[in-house]
Amino acid sequence: MKKSPASKSKLSIGPLLFNWSADKVRDFYYKIADEAPVDYVYVGEVVCSKRAYGKDYLPDVIERLEKAGKTVIISGLSLIMDDRDAKMDKDNTELAADYLIEANDLSTIGLLSGKDHAIGPFVNIYNEAALNYFEAKGAKRISLPHELSAHSLKALSKAAVSSELEVQVFGRLPLAISARCYHARANNLNKSGCQYVCDRDADGLTVDTTDGVPFLVINGLQTMSYTYCNLMAELKDLTAMGINNFRLSPHDVDMVKISNLYRQCLDGKITASEATFVLEDDVFNAEFSNGFYHGKPGLEQVDI
Amino acid sequence: MNKKPELVCPAGTPAALRIAVIAGADAVYLGLCDQTNARNFPGLNFSEEELAQGVDFAHERGVKVLLAVNTYAKAGDNKPWIKAIDIAARLKIDAVILADVGLLDYAHRTYPDLRLHLSVQAAASNAASINFYAKEFNVRRVVLPRVLSVDEIKAINEKIKVETEVLAFGGMCPMAEGHCSMSSYVTGQSPNKDGICSPPSHVTYEQLGTRLATKLAGLTINNFEEHEQVGYPTLCKGRFMANNRTGYLFESPTSLNIMTILPELIDAGVSAFKIEGRQRSKAYIKAVVENFRKAVDAAAEGRKLIIPMDHLYEGGEDTVGAYKKDWS
Repeated sequence: MKKSPASKSKLSIGPLLFNWSADKVRDFYYKIADEAPVDYVYVGEVVCSKRAYGKDYLPDVIERLEKAGKTVIISGLSLIMDDRDAKMDKDNTELAADYLIEANDLSTIGLLSGKDHAIGPFVNIYNEAALNYFEAKGAKRISLPHELSAHSLKALSKAAVSSELEVQVFGRLPLAISARCYHARANNLNKSGCQYVCDRDADGLTVDTTDGVPFLVINGLQTMSYTYCNLMAELKDLTAMGINNFRLSPHDVDMVKISNLYRQCLDGKITASEATFVLEDDVFNAEFSNGFYHGKPGLEQVDI
Repeated sequence: MNKKPELVCPAGTPAALRIAVIAGADAVYLGLCDQTNARNFPGLNFSEEELAQGVDFAHERGVKVLLAVNTYAKAGDNKPWIKAIDIAARLKIDAVILADVGLLDYAHRTYPDLRLHLSVQAAASNAASINFYAKEFNVRRVVLPRVLSVDEIKAINEKIKVETEVLAFGGMCPMAEGHCSMSSYVTGQSPNKDGICSPPSHVTYEQLGTRLATKLAGLTINNFEEHEQVGYPTLCKGRFMANNRTGYLFESPTSLNIMTILPELIDAGVSAFKIEGRQRSKAYIKAVVENFRKAVDAAAEGRKLIIPMDHLYEGGEDTVGAYKKDWS
């Protein structure tokens, strides 16, 4: 029987970008393993190597996810500056025989060159030549940068030869990374004595303009969008252009329910507007945006 | 190593190029009039003809010319970027400054003799990344992102064979370059895609009683009392609220100035110092280049020369940024 195009589509849970406690992380992934209709789950620390200290939940989490039939991908750091960062990343790449490793820095791609690997949205792939270059190095899954418009996504999808392309369709968007820890700075601390204050804000610390308009959140070294990207209404277009992998970035909300909504929408069981209505009404109250996709400022919501 | 370090100076216009050359630059860097370079501002940059004249002027005086093609080529339309690299090869530019892997690959394969520098926009922040670019594309120099401390730079230089260049004076970008889409989040235009950050076309001012608010795409970035110097509303240099406190959460309006640590950076193996500011006035370029010429010459002889430049700082302040660990 011929499959409908949407049924080829795969959902993934992106790497957890926030600094949750070990217990909270474990519970989160166990619930995803048991209940979420997703195909891939990315694990690993992307933002700050300091956060990994003393946390040993990864083997348990991976085992549980794999038992549940999920494919686990291990994501690497997005900014590698010192020996601690480099070691953490190198340790990841040593697991490449067993897992797909997602590189978020060129140094990681260098270590994985010639082996099958994934590339995350922090590697700048803006055009066909860059895409084909990385494919030739062994990239099999590429999660594209967040600021690309539909025009660029379409051109890249057309050019992809040997990789599956992925686009983030849910969650706050990472906008910048720095050596400076803004979470520490907002608490009168600096990075070296940060006291891990980024663990206080499960979805990031809101940044308001002086007249009280929220527009960013900070997450340790990372700065993110205040709005939650929601490309539910664009899923149809994305699949039509040949993109079949969709990333849901984890937040401290019911990600199982959110995964179900995206799955149902992809399978044509509910419409995008129904799914978004439930998302807004039932799951949580957030400001959504899809501006980047439509070639507009990222914070805008374009109704289609 | 320990060659005399090179002073790399901005040339936003043909006039600025001549001033920088005469003021003592070892090399000038510049861009074409389009989105192929990271200072795509109206009224700046070079036509192909101006570039050819600029190359002649500089080369006659023993000064190198570096062409910045340091934005990311657009999917479906990479022609302007390819054309810029072709022009560089044709005009005997001394090096092209690139960030995009697709363009590095093209330049390396098409013009094996064209010297390639890796732009700060690629944010190669560790030795393994730099070695990757060197091996894959024969990149000869890497402009380091403004996220590294002097010790980290030294450690990197011990593990690489290519030259390193650091930002020495001017704009103080607190984010890893080439990995920031804050500007496009708010305005739709970004350094990576469009060669522009916090574009002037989106800036407005609003007088609120005694305070002047500066806005970008309608968002209040800062506001100033009458006695305060009004700064440009660059997104990451605004006053914002978080944790019930208001302040310069990311970075204050300040200029990078590494003159006080030039000898340490030379000792850390740095080969070239870059002055930022293709958008700056001719008077600014003249003053900064002349001062840094003296300071770099002194540092190369092991002397520390510090020339006051308070009047040239954004917001009247300076910082050595991430080069000192306590910044982070």
